[in-house]
This record gives sequence, structure tokens and C-alpha cells, in this order.
Amino acid sequence: MSADFLYTIEVILNGLMAGVMYSLVALGFVLIFKASGIFNYAQGVMALFAALTLVGIQTGQVPFSHLINAIFGTNVHHFGWQVPTLLAIALTIGVMVVFAIIVERYILHHLVNQEPIILFMATIGLAYFMEGFGDIMWGSDIKTLDVGLPSGGSLWLEEYTLGWAAEGEQYYGMYLDKLDMVASLVAIVLVVSLTIFSQYTTTGRALRAVADDHQAALSVGISLRTIWVIVWSIAGFVALVAGIMWGAKSGVQFSLSLIALKALPVLMLGGFTSIPGAIIGGLIIGVGEKLFEYAIGPMIGGATENWFAYVLALMFLVFRPQGLFGEKIIERV
Amino acid sequence: MKFTKLATVALTTLAVSAPVVADLVFPSLSYRTGPYAAGGAPYADGYADYFTLLNERDGGIGGVLTAVPECETGYNTAKGVECYEATKGDGALAYQPLSTGITYQLIPKTMADDIPLMTQGYGRTSGANGKVFSHVFNFPANYWSGASRIINRIMEENGGTISDRNIALVYHNSGYGKEPIPTLKALATKHGFNLTLIPVDHPGQEQKSQWLQIRRERPDNIILYGWGVMNQVALKEAANIRYPMDQMFGIWWSGTENDALEGMGSHGYKAATFHNVGSDYPVYKDIQKFVVDAGLTAGDGSNVGTVLYNRGMYSAMLAAAGAANAQEIHGVKDITSGMMRDGLEALNVTNEFMAAAGMPEFGPEFSVSCSNHGGPGNVGIQQWDGNSREWKLVGGFEAPDMELINALIKADSEAYAAENNITPRDC
Repeated sequence: MSADFLYTIEVILNGLMAGVMYSLVALGFVLIFKASGIFNYAQGVMALFAALTLVGIQTGQVPFSHLINAIFGTNVHHFGWQVPTLLAIALTIGVMVVFAIIVERYILHHLVNQEPIILFMATIGLAYFMEGFGDIMWGSDIKTLDVGLPSGGSLWLEEYTLGWAAEGEQYYGMYLDKLDMVASLVAIVLVVSLTIFSQYTTTGRALRAVADDHQAALSVGISLRTIWVIVWSIAGFVALVAGIMWGAKSGVQFSLSLIALKALPVLMLGGFTSIPGAIIGGLIIGVGEKLFEYAIGPMIGGATENWFAYVLALMFLVFRPQGLFGEKIIERV
Repeated sequence: MKFTKLATVALTTLAVSAPVVADLVFPSLSYRTGPYAAGGAPYADGYADYFTLLNERDGGIGGVLTAVPECETGYNTAKGVECYEATKGDGALAYQPLSTGITYQLIPKTMADDIPLMTQGYGRTSGANGKVFSHVFNFPANYWSGASRIINRIMEENGGTISDRNIALVYHNSGYGKEPIPTLKALATKHGFNLTLIPVDHPGQEQKSQWLQIRRERPDNIILYGWGVMNQVALKEAANIRYPMDQMFGIWWSGTENDALEGMGSHGYKAATFHNVGSDYPVYKDIQKFVVDAGLTAGDGSNVGTVLYNRGMYSAMLAAAGAANAQEIHGVKDITSGMMRDGLEALNVTNEFMAAAGMPEFGPEFSVSCSNHGGPGNVGIQQWDGNSREWKLVGGFEAPDMELINALIKADSEAYAAENNITPRDC
């Protein structure tokens, strides 16, 4: 095989895996939008907050230590213990559930029946609040996330594919990041679990009922408040998974909240209401932007990925305004 | 309830609008929040702590207390300009915005308002031409001198010739990241090496395409001009593809403890620097005694001695030296921003001066003049030691290719002067 062909395959595979990483963020948006019609601007910050909390708990950091030290003149930063990873993850999930309860009780509860734009604005406020709260709680320094995930390219794959190129061609073997491979597996498990949950469990069906029609769901005795808490908790869990995967790449830092920007074209393309749409959308965006950067990027100065993802999404929107898997809305006039 | 609300509003208004009581005001356009906070906070700490040290130890500068009112920019250019407008009326003597984007916006404003704009190691490189940029001071080094010093270092390591080498510039796709491109292109023409430009869009969280390209093309050296998360991801990806780290060079904004998070993964990575590393200097004993132990640190004290804290402290020291100079030149203690500009323009930083400031050999010797606001551009090289997890200076402060750089500075500044109807000063 020619090296160029193999490099193209490599770009496609890496694009697929990058797409999975985008999908992990997009999933959180979809879950909340499906259940409540809210475009949750705070989803990226939720990933940041969850990752900050995980590292903080894991490393035994004293929350609000800066504030405590400033007020009481103390100098405490760490408890001096390390919490096992799984326990730290469980505790972080607990924190995200508490967060979901607080959001429902103090924000959503007061905004029932408000216009979607009001709810959207509320999530903008929530995002800024959480970013500042996370800063006060855990500090703004960059934290190393170590939950035992592998990193680096797969040596086995590199060596295995080294001889695939035609003789005389410069080829260094296929490169795939082990972290991306793990992220792909996690995403598959996550999507399958979420699908089973929403299709085959009572709570899942209630969740879908609420998504279809709030008032009809209320009339058959489904508690809107409980459902919202459950949905925001699941979105918090998905945010934690996204935060772990992205945080393992770059360290946990405040730029993590910007990963939401990578999810937007995925949502536009896949639709705001479809879990498979978030995955397929992510894959298309991932492959599309990587292939464009590989083939066309060098001719036009590079750094095309950020804008090309949106161009790609818009191209799909021309033909399917509701996104590939979004629900077609038909309203009687 | 109403009374409480009214009282809160009144107190807040008072707090916001209260005049700054100190005489020498050095506003800090800091960013402690947002995606670049991890870089902005230690710099702002170092900047503020040095002025606190002067107040506590020396009673200020020339007996006049200093004040460092902070304004949060979030590394956002529009907010930076807002901060400038909000603070310049408080008697601001000089601005150091720690952002090339904000710097570009403030250049015409500071010239009109007669306030010096100090950009140590960033900003508009051609600002070094004091004839055109009367209020910009970008000593002791700039992006172009950094790029040239890195190329010189690569030449040193390769027997003096690099005509057969492929060198890639991985840069933040912004005004900052694009700054070294003209210099590197000119150096590529001069020395015959092949230059590949690889941009990374803000914020740089995802760089798979760029590093797959590097893995395919295998450049002999990589020069990194990144900031924030772009640096951490770049170094992680470089380690992932097993790029030889000692062949990779960063500019000083890509050479902090934050960037080498990987520890051993970044072992051997080098970066240009215009100041020394670590905290083994007499000034740190004073900072410990008068600032940290007294509970007066701007942050929690954990950043003391880190690269960015050092840079903020060094920048504050240079501003304070300019203010002291201005007091001496004009024979008054309560200087104006115009006098401050004169003080900076007459700055002469010698080894003796640095030693007296408790920072022996912390930075290069340089002097400023009416025509040269950039100094000789001497730059050192530091290297990350993954074992001890610290930066070490491995190359002294040496001159870059100033002949080439001066020609570029002249061309760029004259073009700016022509565009903006500025008559260059006769000096």
C-alpha cells in the first residue's frame, strides 16, 4: 500500500476518535435538551467542575482553602491523604447529584413554563457562577489528572503496521492514541447504557414522556422535579466522563470549559434530541475536520478545524434543518 | 430588608469608586479567571508582591508608597481596554497588560494619554523602535530576539550549520503566535533551513492533526509559540509521538512549570528565557520576610519562585527602577506618567544594579535610549529537568542576530508610522 493511503487511513481513524471525544461532551447537552428543552450553556463548565472536584477529592485538597486561609490566617491546603480513584469518582458523582438537586430547586423550579430563552439565559448565569465557584473551591492552577488511563501511541499497532507501506516509502507505522481508544470504548458503553436506560426502565420511559410533553407527563403522575434532578445528575455524570477524558490530555484547567465549543457543531449536525445523533454527528465532524485539515489545510495556511466543523454542520443543516437525527417539528397553523 | 440592600449598594459603590490613596500607581491588568488563569495568576502575584515588598521594606519608591490596583481582563482584549480606560484616571504610571492582543489596542491609546506601556517579552516587537513608539518599552527581549536565539542555539548544537535541517514552528494562531514568522522566514533565507509553519487555533485543546503532521514530516527541530492549554497539549502530544524533547524549543511563554506537567515526558525540553530561574536570590528572602510571612501575598504564596511569578516580579522591578529614575531625573517624588516615560527611557540595568536589587544575574544587562526601547535582546536558554521537576538555565544571556532583527524592526515600525501619520522622533 502507498504511504499516502495509509496516512489517510490514519487521519480517518484519529478523526473518528477525536469525534468520540466531541460526542462525550455533546451527549450531556442532548440529555438535558431532550428532557427539558433547555440548551444547557453550562455543560462545558460542568465537565470542568466535575474534573476539578475529582482531582480535588483524589488528592485530598481542602476545598475553599484560599478562602479559609484568607479569613482565618491559616495555611491549610491538603488533608494529607489520597483517596482511591474509584472512591473519588463515586464521591464526585455524589457531588454532581447534589449539584443537580440544587439546580432544580433554586433555578429550574422557579422557571417552569418560562420561555426557552429565559432558561437558556439562566444556564449562562449558572455557567459563570460555577466557573467562579470552582475557582474559589479548588483554585485556578493546573492539576494533573491521574486515574490510571493509558497515554501515548500504541507501540504494538505501530510495529504491526510498519511493514504495510510499499518498499522505499517513508512510513512509520499507524498511530493511534491509547487514551483515545479507551475514550471510544467508554463512549460505546455510555451510549449503550443510556439507550437501555431510556428504552427499558420505568424512569427512562418517564424521562421520554417528559421530553415529549411536560403537561401530559404531569397529568399521569410523573414528577417533573424528580425527572429533572435525574436528568441533570446523568448529565453531570456524562460531564465527569468528558472531563476525565479531556483532563487526562491537558491537565484539569479552566480552558476545559471551552470543550463545549467542539460540541456545538456536533449538536447542529446530529440534532439536539438524539443520543445516537450525538455520536454519529461527532464521528462525522471528527473525520470531516481532520480530513479537511490533512488534504486542504496546508494549501490555505492550516488551522482549519475550528471553522470547518461549523461549515460542515451548516452544510448538513441546509438539507436537514433539524439535524441528521433531530425530531422534525410540524406545527399546525 | 430595603435598608440592607441600600447599604450594600452604597458600600459597593464606595468601594468601587474610592480614589487610590497611594501616590505611585501601577495598575495590574491581570487575569486570574478564564482559560488562561493558570498563567495570569502567578504573574500577577509576582507583580503585586514586589510592590508590596517595596512598600513594606523601603516605604515605597523614594519614600512614596505604591499601589497596584488589579483589573480582571480574562485575557480578553475588549475587557483589557475597558480596564485601561477604567484605571488610567487614577494616576496610572505604566501598564503591563500581559497580552499581545491588549497591547496592540493600547499602543495608540497610551501614546495619546502619555502613559508608558511596558511589554516585557511580548507585545508588538517593532515597538523597540523608540523613535516611532515613544511610549512602548519591550526590553529586555522580544519575540524576534527569542526566535533568533533559538535558531542560534540549534546552530550551536549542530556544528554551526543548519542548512540541511527542517524546522517547524508550532504556533498559537493569533497575533502573538504569528509574531516570530517574519524573523524565522528571514533566518531561514539566511541560513538555508526549511521552515514549516503549523498553526494551532485557540485554545489548543485539540491538536491531533498538527502532531500527526509532525509525525509524518519528522522535522529536525520544533519551535513552540504557545500559551495556556496549547502548551500542555503540545508537550503531551510530542511525548506521545516520542518526539526527541531536547530538539524542541519553546519561547518563554511556553517554558513554565505549567507547561511541563508531564514531568519525565517533557524531560530535556528547552525554552528561551529573558530572566533566570528558581528562587535562590536575596530578594526572595525579603519577599518571604516582608510579604509572605506578613500575610501580604497577592495569592496564597504557592507561586513564589515559579517561572511566571519570577517574570511578574522582574517586570515590577523594572517598572520600579523606571519610577526611581524618573524621580531622580525630574527631582520630584510624585512623578507623572510622562516623567515615568522619561525614567524608563534612561534606564541602565547593570549587573551591579541587579545585585543591589537582590537579583544578581537574574536578567541580562541592558540600557534603554530614545531610539532603542528594546535593549540588546539578550536571551538565555533553560531546560526542563524531569527528575527534579524544575527548569535549569543551560545557556547564558546571549545576543541574537540583531543585524537582521533591527532591519525588520525598522521596516515594520516605519510602516506603522506611515499608516498612522506618526513623525518619528529625531534621536
